[in-house]
Amino acid sequence: MDFFTDLTTNPGITKAMWPAFIETLQMVGISGLFTVLVGLPLGILLLNTAKDGLTPNKTLNVVLSGIIVNITRSIPFAILMLSLIPFATALVGVSLGPIAASVSLTIGTIPFFARLVETALREVSVGKIDAALVMGSTKMQVIRKVLVPEAMPGLIAATTTTLVTLIGYSAMAGLVGGGGLGRLAYNYGFQRYDSTIMIVTIVIIVLMVQLVQIVGDRITRVVDHR
Amino acid sequence: MITVTDLRKEYQQGDRTVVALDGVSLHVDAGQIHGIIGHSGAGKSTLVRCLTLLDRPTSGSVAVNNKELANVSDADLRIARRRIGMVFQHANLMDSRTTAQNVAFPLELIGTPKAEIKAKVADLLELVGLAKFADAYPSQLSGGQRQRVGIARALCSDPDVLLCDEPTSALDPKTTDEILELIKSVRDRLNLTVLIITHEMNVVKQACDSVSLLETGRIVEHGDIEKVVADPAGRLSQALLPMPGDLPDNLPSGTVLDLLYSGARATEPVISSIARTFNVDVNVLAGSVEHLGEHQFAHLRIQLPEGSDIPAITTHLLSNGVAVTVKEAK
Repeated sequence: MDFFTDLTTNPGITKAMWPAFIETLQMVGISGLFTVLVGLPLGILLLNTAKDGLTPNKTLNVVLSGIIVNITRSIPFAILMLSLIPFATALVGVSLGPIAASVSLTIGTIPFFARLVETALREVSVGKIDAALVMGSTKMQVIRKVLVPEAMPGLIAATTTTLVTLIGYSAMAGLVGGGGLGRLAYNYGFQRYDSTIMIVTIVIIVLMVQLVQIVGDRITRVVDHR
Repeated sequence: MITVTDLRKEYQQGDRTVVALDGVSLHVDAGQIHGIIGHSGAGKSTLVRCLTLLDRPTSGSVAVNNKELANVSDADLRIARRRIGMVFQHANLMDSRTTAQNVAFPLELIGTPKAEIKAKVADLLELVGLAKFADAYPSQLSGGQRQRVGIARALCSDPDVLLCDEPTSALDPKTTDEILELIKSVRDRLNLTVLIITHEMNVVKQACDSVSLLETGRIVEHGDIEKVVADPAGRLSQALLPMPGDLPDNLPSGTVLDLLYSGARATEPVISSIARTFNVDVNVLAGSVEHLGEHQFAHLRIQLPEGSDIPAITTHLLSNGVAVTVKEAK
């Protein structure tokens, strides 16, 4: 069959593609939101509980950095996801679908994002922090008025990288019940040898990644006054 | 006015105790600019961190207008710090904030009403000559302009003391002059006590009323500029009015004298007075005449021919208020 005719008639495209795309958006959107909500404070904690941080706390730092973040990051994502299915079921009541997959995606991505946040915040020079302290800032004011605003370009870049990673992970999540474009590519493209579906899915995912990266870079430029 | 009494700071490095400040005391009256000069490793940075209480001193006290800062609780510390405005070597401005927002920072911290902040910031930017740059970001300013913003920001919380940590070390000579002039002019207008910590003798020459020499955590010389310069054996005097170290080899025989005199005498014809009184030929080998603080100082190296009556000439010079050091008789 002609490729272009197939594009308009293939039920995998005309019927299944749009819902799959929406499912992928749901997974990336939900897990992206929660990753930032949890990962940003976690990254701030990682930095400030360290030896040279604002509030050094060796025990907390070892627990957060050494145990939680490093262990989670060292488990391959596919395995982490499978092992989290019971937890996701307990949390959201379902074991299949984009909502359930978002739970494991979020947990798998938080440590990654938190490390990126920590690195971005570390770029803020000690001199600026000292200056803020000398002017009478509380530690909370240093975080809110110096660390986060000064690291904003780096934080936006970290968010962009994380969203791109999440798009990749979400395709993997599709294989173990998450749905979305990953599931579509596997079911139609792989198992039914439907190369049209495979190609279209890849193109859509590539375009999504490009769009996220371009928008992210643009925002980074706008907030960067360095 | 700032009074520092017997400030000590010890660090634990492994099982070794490093004494960074070994009993530093100093007193600067309101309206005075005091320079603290020292080489790297002398304890300047530690002193700055202790004065701003970024580090707690091991013992001793820091008092601004007789209010103790070093021994207050953490909660009071933030309020206490507002009595000292600080200017940094690299300005340490926030890149994400405009000039006006940077200057407003100290007031924002304590929730000052917006209208009040705006008026105050406008005044301060006028004072430092940057009214036109209120909406510029630090990256759009020159080093000197950034330092002006830093000074405006330091003045924003109406401090009693302005502490400047190497304020001109990252600037070119012309900009250095401008920043020092600015510091002097805000001192005059606001009757501030100013402490300048630096390794540049030129800063002391240009801006300071008094000076301390910091070395291995101790103040080894201190006093008003006129006083320290007048002591030819003093290290500060030698640094402020330097003389070439060694005498040239091909010098004709005779006696070499270093003369140091100040004030009105610096303009008097001391040399020709010796020549006439003692009927000798005076050869000037080296010298400098400089304005330091309020006074003019002259430091001259002269040579007198063999057979001159050195004791009589020395007595004559001393009676005229000239400090004499006999260098070498050849």
